[in-house]
Amino acid sequence: MTDLLLSQIKVGGESQFGTDEYVVNLGPQHPATHGVLRLIVKLDGETVKETTPVLGYLHRSIEKISENRTYPQCITYTDRVDYVSAMSVNLAFALATERLMGLEVPSRAQWLRMIFVELQRLASHLLWMGAFAGDIGALTPFLYGLRERERILDLFEMTCGQRLTYNYIRIGGVMIDILPEFTPKCRAFLDYFEPKIDEYEGLLTYNPIFLERTKGVGVITPEMGINNGVCGPSLRGSGVSCDVRKQQPYLFYDQVKFTECLETGGDCWSRYMCRMRELRESVSLIRQCLDRLEPGPVETKLPPVLKAPPASEIYSRIESSRGEMGIYLVGDGTAKPYKAKYRCASFSNTYVLDQLTRGWKVADIMAVLGSLDMIVPEVDR
Amino acid sequence: MMFTGENLVQSVAKLLHQGLGMVGLSGFIFIVDPIVCAVVMFGFISVFVMFLVWMERKVSAHMQSRIGPNRVGPFGLLQTVADAIKLTIKEDVKPVHRDKIPYYIAPIIAFVATFAGMVVIPFDKGMVVQNLNIGMLYVIAITSFTVIAILSAGWSSNNKFALLGGFRSAAQIVSYEVPLVMSLVPIIMTTGTLSFTGVVEYQQQAGYWFVVPQFLAFLIFITSATAEANRAPFDIPEAESELIGGFHTEYSGVKFAMFFLGEYIAIIVSSAVAVTVFLGGWLPLPFLHFLHVPGFIWFMAKLLLVIYLIMAFRWTFPRLRVDQLMDFGWKVLIPISILNILITGFVILL
Repeated sequence: MTDLLLSQIKVGGESQFGTDEYVVNLGPQHPATHGVLRLIVKLDGETVKETTPVLGYLHRSIEKISENRTYPQCITYTDRVDYVSAMSVNLAFALATERLMGLEVPSRAQWLRMIFVELQRLASHLLWMGAFAGDIGALTPFLYGLRERERILDLFEMTCGQRLTYNYIRIGGVMIDILPEFTPKCRAFLDYFEPKIDEYEGLLTYNPIFLERTKGVGVITPEMGINNGVCGPSLRGSGVSCDVRKQQPYLFYDQVKFTECLETGGDCWSRYMCRMRELRESVSLIRQCLDRLEPGPVETKLPPVLKAPPASEIYSRIESSRGEMGIYLVGDGTAKPYKAKYRCASFSNTYVLDQLTRGWKVADIMAVLGSLDMIVPEVDR
Repeated sequence: MMFTGENLVQSVAKLLHQGLGMVGLSGFIFIVDPIVCAVVMFGFISVFVMFLVWMERKVSAHMQSRIGPNRVGPFGLLQTVADAIKLTIKEDVKPVHRDKIPYYIAPIIAFVATFAGMVVIPFDKGMVVQNLNIGMLYVIAITSFTVIAILSAGWSSNNKFALLGGFRSAAQIVSYEVPLVMSLVPIIMTTGTLSFTGVVEYQQQAGYWFVVPQFLAFLIFITSATAEANRAPFDIPEAESELIGGFHTEYSGVKFAMFFLGEYIAIIVSSAVAVTVFLGGWLPLPFLHFLHVPGFIWFMAKLLLVIYLIMAFRWTFPRLRVDQLMDFGWKVLIPISILNILITGFVILL
């Protein structure tokens, strides 16, 4: 170290110390990067000069595996694409397959799907809120978020027996009907949950330190967001309407009342606010779905072997908890997809990370990263 | 047994004096007092820190609707003991390219510098190791030695995160030293003494605690003391979400325990100063005079209250960014404390 520095001092003439960038590896094992994301950060003191995300530490080649599995088998893998919001990916794949094969789904199954996907959105946003607050240094909201998430997972467990990877939403419907006590329990949860949102907001939203850390930090302008393929609440925080549930309604989203949460700031705080408002929207959505639930079958009768029509392709998208979740399927007349491509929100949202953090401080990387709500398994697939 | 006349420590020392006299070693009496003081303080502080760690975990558990430690001993009270044993017997992992001397000295300085601050804190009337007439100056001077420990720990670990943490810490402690001292200046102006015992006696005679007329100074003091002790929301030197462990990333085992101990002693010292200067030290609450509770108990009750406050900060607030922290120190706290000094000066003149 000493030799290195001495060699950079010119002997005689104008002597000066050589300066170099301070390169820090954040991750792949680091308490702040969620999962195994690796960021190579070039620093000038505390100021960030460049952030390079290095992906692939959690690559499980799910897209390739999908080409070697039948359509129903793929559903199991979709759980692992985004394990924080597994229901959404289940739904995305099931919808894509149904659209590819032109399958009809009974209405009770549709309503159930909506309930579970919205519950999943609550669970995912709660975990996100905790992690985001933790990135900024507030440790308590994480426990608050998990406390309520636990009750949601209990509801899932009651229905499908799983707490993380559900494999619940299947092609042609859902795995199994809900238990009779599900509806009252779910309603009780919603009544319990709604006041809790105020509690989280009391801890964070107008906390002066939280505002200092998030207001005006990591601003995504609408153009920048659109150009980089940012989607979901991260883009809605910039005031761009991009909710697939509104723009291209799937399931029965056209039959329920909800507003698309838009904020105008584009900074970390707006993205936070956007998600907090979505929590309330989801609660009202689930209530409406529970009201509309009528008895009936929850699955269509499927042929023994599901085959896609030859030379067929479909791009189907839904609004997952993190943004636009698209599935591109190519069928070749066999029981396995010729090609399956998962378009994941986290991946496209990571694009802007470098632009957002340049010139900001090290601590802002965490705030921006947290506010983008990226899930590493979804980035790497 | 009541602490009347002389306190417990004094009676122990007296007993030892007599004992040494009896076995014919009266020549060594002069070393009895320092040793008794050191042993008592060290024992007291170690046990108190263990209690505080347990308390912090319970407080945080309560705030986060968890249960907290409850397995080891009654109410998990012995959890910290178990942790301490685990830390002492675990393998001491050292980075290979460390700078040896500063690496080993840093935890010692971190511990000693803060521990030495306890010397001038009066726990009760007359219950003070050394009633220095420049007590306040001494505490401020000796506790700022921790910055040396943190800087050398950060530098010598040969770790990028530790270095960043060390630099942050140096900047932070130096900036917050200023408002910390300035918040004590009005008190010194009013009382005319730098001795902690003198300040408490002044409050006794005046019949009010300084927290009432100098509430602003109290707030500034608590804020800067939190920053001085590297506690959230000012814990950027060890901001775990950015810098992993900050300056103590590369420390494990006993050395880590010493940093940890130092951090908690720093909390105790700054809370003790706050209690002595602003909350009347060992004085009872005015309307509870008749209870005849020993002053030591009053002191400890107030101390725990202030420490609870600092703990509650940690589990409630997010962390400031490093530049915002500097802004807050230089642009908010220092102007306010200068204003406070000016106002106090005017009031004294009138």
